[in-house]
Amino acid sequence: MGIFGKLFSKEEKKEQLDQGLEKTKASVFSKLSKAIAGKSKVDDEVLDELEEVLISSDVGVNTTVKIIEAIEERVSRDKYLGTAELNQILREEIANLLQDALDGSQGFELPAHRPHVIMVVGVNGVGKTTTIGKLAYQYKQAGLEVVLGAADTFRAAAVDQLGIWSERVGVPIVKQAMGSDPASVAFDAVQSAISRKADVVIIDTAGRLHNKVNLMNELSKIKRVMQKLVPEAPHEVLLVLDASTGQNALEQAKQFSKATEVSALALTKLDGTAKGGVAIGISDQLQIPVKYIGVGEGIEDLQLFDKDAFVNSLFEH
Amino acid sequence: MFDNLQDKLDKAFHVLKGHGQITEVNVADTLKEIRRALVDADVSFKIAKEFTNTVKEKALGEKVLTSLKPGQVLTKVVHDEMARLMGGDAVDLNLEGKPSVILMAGLQGSGKTTHSGKLANHLKRKRTKKVLLVACDVYRPAAIDQLHVVGEQIGVEVFSDKENKNPVDIAEKAIAHAKQNGHNVVIVDTAGRLAIDQEMMTEIRNIHEAVKPQETLFVVDSMTGQDAVNTAKAFNDVLDYEGVILTKLDGDTRGGAALTIRTVVNKPIKFIGTGEKMDALDVFHPSRMADRILGMGDVVSLVERAQEQFDEDEARRVQKKIAKNQFDFDDFLGQISQIKKMGNVKDLMGMIPGMGKMMKNVDIDDDAFKGVEAIIQSMTKEERANPKLINGSRRQRIASGSGTSIQEVNQLMKQFSEMSKMMKMMQGGGAKKMANMMKGMGGRGPF
Repeated sequence: MGIFGKLFSKEEKKEQLDQGLEKTKASVFSKLSKAIAGKSKVDDEVLDELEEVLISSDVGVNTTVKIIEAIEERVSRDKYLGTAELNQILREEIANLLQDALDGSQGFELPAHRPHVIMVVGVNGVGKTTTIGKLAYQYKQAGLEVVLGAADTFRAAAVDQLGIWSERVGVPIVKQAMGSDPASVAFDAVQSAISRKADVVIIDTAGRLHNKVNLMNELSKIKRVMQKLVPEAPHEVLLVLDASTGQNALEQAKQFSKATEVSALALTKLDGTAKGGVAIGISDQLQIPVKYIGVGEGIEDLQLFDKDAFVNSLFEH
Repeated sequence: MFDNLQDKLDKAFHVLKGHGQITEVNVADTLKEIRRALVDADVSFKIAKEFTNTVKEKALGEKVLTSLKPGQVLTKVVHDEMARLMGGDAVDLNLEGKPSVILMAGLQGSGKTTHSGKLANHLKRKRTKKVLLVACDVYRPAAIDQLHVVGEQIGVEVFSDKENKNPVDIAEKAIAHAKQNGHNVVIVDTAGRLAIDQEMMTEIRNIHEAVKPQETLFVVDSMTGQDAVNTAKAFNDVLDYEGVILTKLDGDTRGGAALTIRTVVNKPIKFIGTGEKMDALDVFHPSRMADRILGMGDVVSLVERAQEQFDEDEARRVQKKIAKNQFDFDDFLGQISQIKKMGNVKDLMGMIPGMGKMMKNVDIDDDAFKGVEAIIQSMTKEERANPKLINGSRRQRIASGSGTSIQEVNQLMKQFSEMSKMMKMMQGGGAKKMANMMKGMGGRGPF
C-alpha cells in the first residue's frame, strides 16, 4: 500500500466522518438558537455552551473570553437576534481575529526577487520536513525552480528523510553530513540556489523546543549567515504548528518570533480530530497569519488556509 | 514543567488568604480561577469541570475542621484530588515474556522512534536486558534509517526489512529472530497514525494480535491540547494499552494532557521524556507531579538523580581534602562535571521547592558552567593545586587564555575562596555561620 492508496482511502473516510459530525454540529447551533431567540441578551447557559465548544477546540481561555465579550456587545447593541444572525456574528467575530496574509500573496506565487528564501522552523515532531516536501511540490507544480537545504543535521536520519522528499518531488537538495553546522548547510543551499538561478530555496531546520536558549540562538545564526548572500533572507519564516498542540503553541509562536521573526504559520495534522483553535489566539495576539494547512501524508496534502472553512470546522464537533 | 499552572494557582489561593473560612461565595471565584488555570494548562474542559466540582465538595465539607487558613485547606484538597486523579504509585514494566514484547503506538511526531531508543537504552543499561529494536514504520520516509541511527548510538541491534511493506510480517520475523538470538526484550516501533484513520488503526490492531505484547505503550506529546481526550481513548479502544509515555516534558508546556489521559483511560503514565538525548527518560511519579503542580517542588527526583550519579569514593576523597583545607580547582572542576552529569541544570533547579517560579525567566542551560570551566582549564597544574599562587599577572594570563575578562577571573577566585570557607564550616557543623555567608554571597555566578 503506497502513498496513493492511503490517500484515496482517507478521502472516503473523511466523507463518513463528515456525515457523522452533521448531527452534533446541528445540536450545538439548535441549542444556541433556542436559548437566544427573541432575547436581547445572550444567557449564561448559551455562553457556557459556546465556551465549551471553543475551549474544546483549543481556542484557550483568553481568546474565548474575547470572542464571548464581542458577541455580548453585538447582542446588546443589535437587540433581537435570530439563529441565522447569531450564527453569522459568531463566525464573523472569530474570523476577525484571524490575520490576513500580510503580503497579500495568494496561492503559490512569489514576489519578484530571486531566490526567494524560506526558512521552516518549529518544535520537534510537528511535521516540518513533510510540510517542506509538500510545499516544494506545490512550487514545482507552479513552474518554479526549487532547491531544498537539509539544515536539520541533528535528528537521526532527518537528512535522508528530506532526501527522499527531494527525489519524490524531483528537486535538488543541498546537504552535508549529520552533525555538521546547520548554518553552513543553509549558506550552501542559498549559494546553490543563486548559481542555479533557482526561484525558491526552502531551508529545513531541526526541531527544537522554544525554551532552549542555545538552540533558538542557532536559528538566529542560520539567518545571519544566509544574509551574507542575500541581505533580505529569509524572506519568509514559516512556523509549523501541530494542530493537536494545546496552549503551549502560543508560547512556541512567541519564542520563535523572538528568534526569527516568524512571518506565517503552517498548521499540520488537521486531518485528525484536533481543531487547532490555538491558531486563532496566535494570529490575533502576534499578528501572524496562518498560510497553509496540512491535511495528510500525501504529496498533495497541503492547502492554502481558508478562514471560513477553518471557522466552520470549529463547530463540526 | 507545571510552573505556569503553579503561578495561577498561587494567584487563585492568594485571593482566599484574606478570608477566615471557605464558603460557597468566596470559593466560587477561586474555583473558577482553578478551572481556568487547568484548562489553560490543557486539561480537558470536562475533566477540569469535574475536578473543580469535586474540590468544592471536599473543601466545603472541611471548613469546620480547619477554618483558620482556607487557602491551605484548599491547597491540600486540590493537591490530594490532583494526586488521586493522576493515579496511585508508579507502575513498572511487565517484562515477563520470553522474549517480552513492547509495542509502541501513537500519533505522528509524538516521539515513538526516539522513545523506542530511549527505552531500549534504559532496559539495556539499568536492567541489563538484551534488547532488539524493530522498525515497523514502513511509511514515513527514512523512518527505518532513523531507528538504525538510534540503535547504533546506543549499541542495540535493529531488525528491519526495507523491502517488506507488511509491518505484521516484519514484527513476526523480528520475534523469531529474537528467540534465536537470545534477546530478552523486543521493542516494536510503529508508524504514526491518526486515531480516525481506520485502515491504519486496523493495521496496528493486527500487529498487536500477531506479537501479543506484554506492554503496549501509547506515546503522547505532553504539549497535546484538548484532543488528548479523543486520541487517548481511541487508541485505548483498539489496543487496550498497558501504559503511556509522555514526551517532550523538557519544554515549558503545562502538561495538562497528563491529567486528562490518566482520567479518561485510567492507564498509568510509565515514563516521561525529558530531552533529545538517549538517557533523557524518567519514570513517572504521579504524587511527585502533583507536588510539583502545587509548588512543593520535586525534591525526591532531585535526590534520586543525585544518588544515581554520585561517586562515593570521589566524594570521600573530596571530603578529606576539604577537611584539610586542601580543596582546589581540580576538585572544583570534578564537582562541576558531576553536577553536569546529573542533567540539565535548569531542570535540576526547577525541582527545588520555590525555585521553579524564580527560575522561570532565567536562562540557565548546560553551558552555564562553560565560562568557569574555561577559566579553570586555563590555569596551570600548579595554580589549580595551589590557588594562592594566582597573582595579578597570572590572572591576566588566565583571562586571555580562557577568553574571559580579568573581572570574571577575579569573581571566580573570590567565589572559590568563599566556597572553600563555606565547605570548611560545613565540616565543622557551623550551619548558622554558613547561612549568614550564603546571604552575603547573594546569588552571583552559577553556584
